[in-house]
Amino acid sequence: MKNFAFLNNKLPKRNAKTSSAIVFLLLLCSCGKPALNSTNEQLENLNKSYPSQSGGTLIDAMTGEPSGLISMIAGESASSAISANIFNKLLKYDKNLDLEGELAESWQVSADQKTITFKLKPNLKWADGNPLTSADVLWTWHAVIDEKTGSPYASDYQLVKKAEARNPLTFSVTYEQAYAPALDSWAGLQVLPEHLLKDQDLHTTAFARNPVGSNYYKLDSWTHGENIKLSRNASSVLGQAKIDHLVSRIIPDSSAQFLELMADSIDSMGLDPIKYARIIPARPELQQKLALYKELGNSYTYLGFNLKRKPFDDVRVRHAINYAIDKQEIIDGVYLGLGINIASPYKPGTRWSNPNLKPYPYDPTKAKALLKEAGFADTNGDGILERDGKPFSFEIVTNQNKEREKSAVLIQRRLKDVGIDVKIRAIEWASFISRFIKTGDFDAVVLGWSLGLDPDQYSIWHSSQQAPGQFNFIGYNNPTIDKLLEQGRLELDPDKRMKIYHEFARVLLDDSPIVYLSAGYGLTAIHKRVKGIDSPAPPAGVGWNSETWYIPEPLRRNEISAN
Amino acid sequence: MLSYLIKRVLWMIPLLIGISLISFFIMHLAPGDITNNEASFNPKTSEESRQKLRELYNLDKPVIVQYGLWMKRMATLDFGNSFASHQKPVFWQTTDKDGNVTKGMIQEALPITLIINMLGLIITLALAVPLGIIAARKYGLWQDKSITLFNFIGFSIPGFWLSLLLMYWLGVMNNWFPISGMHSLNYESLDTWNKLKDSMSHLFLPVVIPSVTGLASITLFVKNGMLDVLHQDYITTARAKGLSEHKVIYTHALRNALLPLITIIGLSIPGLIGGSVIAETIFAIPGMGKLFYDAVMMRDFPVIMGILTIGSALTLIGNLIADIAYAWADPRVRRGVIRD
Repeated sequence: MKNFAFLNNKLPKRNAKTSSAIVFLLLLCSCGKPALNSTNEQLENLNKSYPSQSGGTLIDAMTGEPSGLISMIAGESASSAISANIFNKLLKYDKNLDLEGELAESWQVSADQKTITFKLKPNLKWADGNPLTSADVLWTWHAVIDEKTGSPYASDYQLVKKAEARNPLTFSVTYEQAYAPALDSWAGLQVLPEHLLKDQDLHTTAFARNPVGSNYYKLDSWTHGENIKLSRNASSVLGQAKIDHLVSRIIPDSSAQFLELMADSIDSMGLDPIKYARIIPARPELQQKLALYKELGNSYTYLGFNLKRKPFDDVRVRHAINYAIDKQEIIDGVYLGLGINIASPYKPGTRWSNPNLKPYPYDPTKAKALLKEAGFADTNGDGILERDGKPFSFEIVTNQNKEREKSAVLIQRRLKDVGIDVKIRAIEWASFISRFIKTGDFDAVVLGWSLGLDPDQYSIWHSSQQAPGQFNFIGYNNPTIDKLLEQGRLELDPDKRMKIYHEFARVLLDDSPIVYLSAGYGLTAIHKRVKGIDSPAPPAGVGWNSETWYIPEPLRRNEISAN
Repeated sequence: MLSYLIKRVLWMIPLLIGISLISFFIMHLAPGDITNNEASFNPKTSEESRQKLRELYNLDKPVIVQYGLWMKRMATLDFGNSFASHQKPVFWQTTDKDGNVTKGMIQEALPITLIINMLGLIITLALAVPLGIIAARKYGLWQDKSITLFNFIGFSIPGFWLSLLLMYWLGVMNNWFPISGMHSLNYESLDTWNKLKDSMSHLFLPVVIPSVTGLASITLFVKNGMLDVLHQDYITTARAKGLSEHKVIYTHALRNALLPLITIIGLSIPGLIGGSVIAETIFAIPGMGKLFYDAVMMRDFPVIMGILTIGSALTLIGNLIADIAYAWADPRVRRGVIRD
C-alpha cells in the first residue's frame, strides 16, 4: 500500500533529466560525416607552390616532457629534440651524413692522429649577446667529464688527455692514442655557455629550464606538462631559420596526438606502421592535407643468442636458425612492410654499410641440413630434434614491446617447422634487464639497437665488454672482430675506416652471432602547409634542413584561434 | 569530541609510518632502478657512469639504510628531489641563490587533479541524486529501468574508449571542443572571460566523461537509500498527517537517504587526489595519476614516496573529516563519539 501511494502520485511534467539522458544517448549513436575543417579551396591551395618566406608557427607533438634541456645529463630523446634547436655543436652531419663544421669553421687532425684542432667561426654569439668562444667549448668538455656531472655519455670525452683553448677561436684536444669516434663525439656535444653556468650545479641549475643557446631558436616559454615554445634567435650563429615559432605540445597518448593531427591542431607527428599504411591511406580527407615521409633510422631489431650456452656456440646451429627464419614475413606481418632486411649493423645506403653483403635467405631445407650436420636428429618422432638425448628447446626473452613479441611468435612458428621448440617470455623492462640481461641467464633475446652515426660498435661486440651491465651481453668473443674493432677506432681516414667496417660486417654476418630481423622505417606525417621538405628523405633524414622549411602565408593557421 | 579528535590525529602518525615503510620496501623490491630504464640501454653510455649515478642517489646502500636516510629527511618534512626530472623538488617549490623558483612536482600536479576530480564529483552528485530519487519513486517503472540501463551502459563502457570517441566526434568531426591539453596555445593573450571560457572548454571532456561513467554506483546508493527510507513508518506518518508529497520526499525522506553518501564521498577522497593515469594520458593533463605512473616506470623513488606519503596523509585526513561530518549529520553517531 505504501508503494501504491507514491506510484499514484503522478508528476505533472516529464522529468527533464531523464529525457536529456536519452537525447545524449541518441547523440552518441548518431555519427555524421566529418565536418572538414578546411574547405576544398584551402585543400587545393595546399598543392600549389609558393616562394620561400619567413614567418608562421610549426606545431608538433611529443609523448614525453623533457626533464631539462641540458642534454648531456638529461639523456631522453624529448630533451635532445628540443635542445638541438637551441644549442650548437662543433661539428654536424650534412645531408649525406658526412661531417661538416657547425661552430667550427674547420678542423685539423695532426699527423700522429692524436690531436684534433678546431678553428671556430669568427664573431660567434650567445642569444644574450655575449661572445661564444673556445673557452665555452673547453668549459663544456670539463663539465661533461666531471664526476659530479655524472653524464652517461662521458666515456668518449674522458679519453681526451689534454684539451686547450689556446686563443678564443682555437680549441684542441689530444688523445692518448688515435681515437676515430672522436669526431663523431664532437658532433654530439652541445656547447654550453660558461658565463651562465660557471659555479652552478648542472643537476639543479635553473638554466636547464631556461637555457640560453646559440642555435636557430631560443626558448620562449615552457608550460609544465603542456607545451614548450621556441622562437627565432635573432643572433643565431648560423643565420636565420624561416619559421618564426616552433611549438612542441606534450601529448602522451599517440591516439590523442593523431586526433589533434586530424583536427589540424598540430602540424606533424611520428606515426606507427598502422597509421602510416592503413589508417591514413583509407581516409582521403587526411591524404589531401598530410604528406607522409619515411626514412631509415639507425636502428634494427635482432634475435640474439646466448653464445656461452650450448648449442648456440656452434656456428652451424646459428646459421641454421638464420636460414629457418623468414625475415620478410616479419617485416610484412609485424611492420606492415615498413622495414627492410639487412645484412650489416649499419643503415643501408650509408658509407659504413657494405653493399656486397646479402642477408640470409629463408631456406628451411638448408636449415635442416645444417642442424643434421650439427648432430641433431628427431629420434623419438615427436617433431622436435634431439642431440645426446636432449631436445632442442630454448626460450626467447623479450621486453613488453608489441613488435618484438609478434616477431618472436613468427620466429617460434618458423623454428618449429625445422624441429626446434621455442618458448617465449615477454617481461617488463627493468625485470628483463636485471633478471636476464645482467645475469646472462637467457637462451635468446629479441631486442633492438639504436645506434649513433659513428660506425664504432666496440661496446656491443668487443670481447672485453661482457661484464654485467655492459652491452656485449650475448657473450660474443671473436678475435678477428676484436682486432677489426680496435683498428677501426685508430683509423681516422674515412676511406680506410670504411674498408675496416665493411670487413667487420662481413665477418659478423658469416659468424651470425645474431640474426638481423628488420630495420624499421621512421615514419612521419607533416601537414602540407609546411613547404621546403626534401622528399624522399636524404640519408640524414627528413629534418636535416628544417631551418629552411617555410609555411607560406596563405596556408598559415589562423593564429588567434589556434588551439 | 576534542579528545576524540586528538586521539584520531595521533593515531595517524604510526599509520603513516607503517604505510611509508611498506611502500618503501615494496618499491625497492621491484627490480631495477633509475639507472636502467629503456633510454639508458644505449651503447654510448657506460656502466661506470650508471654506477656513479647509483652512488649519487645512495642506491648502492642497503634498503634499510636508504629508508633511514629518507625518514631522516622526512622528519624535517623534506621530500627531497626527483631523480629523473632534473632534480625538481618533489613536493614544494625551492628558491636557489639567484632567486630562481623551481616548482615542486606535486605542487604543480595536485591542484590540476583536484580541480578536475572535484568538478567531476560535483557533476556526478548533481546527476546521481536526482536520478536516484526518480528511480526510487518510479521504482519498477520505465523511468527506473531506463535510468538503470543508462547507468550500466555508462558503467560498462571503458572510459578511454568513450573518451576517444567523444574526442573524435566533438573535436575532429565538429570543432566544438579542444581535443587535449589544458589551455589553448594563445591562452596567455586572452582576457579573463576568454581565459575562463578556454579553460572550461578544455576541461569539459575530462570532467564529464568520468562523471558519466562513475554515475552508476552513486545513483544506486541514492536509490537504495531512498527506497529504504520510503518504507519507514515515519514516512507513512508524514503522508498520513497530510503533508504534500514534495515535502515528504525532500524534507523527510531525502535527508536520511543521503546519510550513506557521506561515507561514499569520504571513501572517494583517495581517488580525488590520486587522479587517473588513463584519462590524464589521453587528455594530456599533467596531473597526479600521470606523475605517479611515470615515477613508478622510471623507479623515481623520491617522487613515488612523496606521492604515497602525501596521498595517504590526505586520505587519512579525508576519512577523519568524513567521520566528523557523519557525526555532525547524524545525532546517533554524534552521541557515540561524545561518549567515547
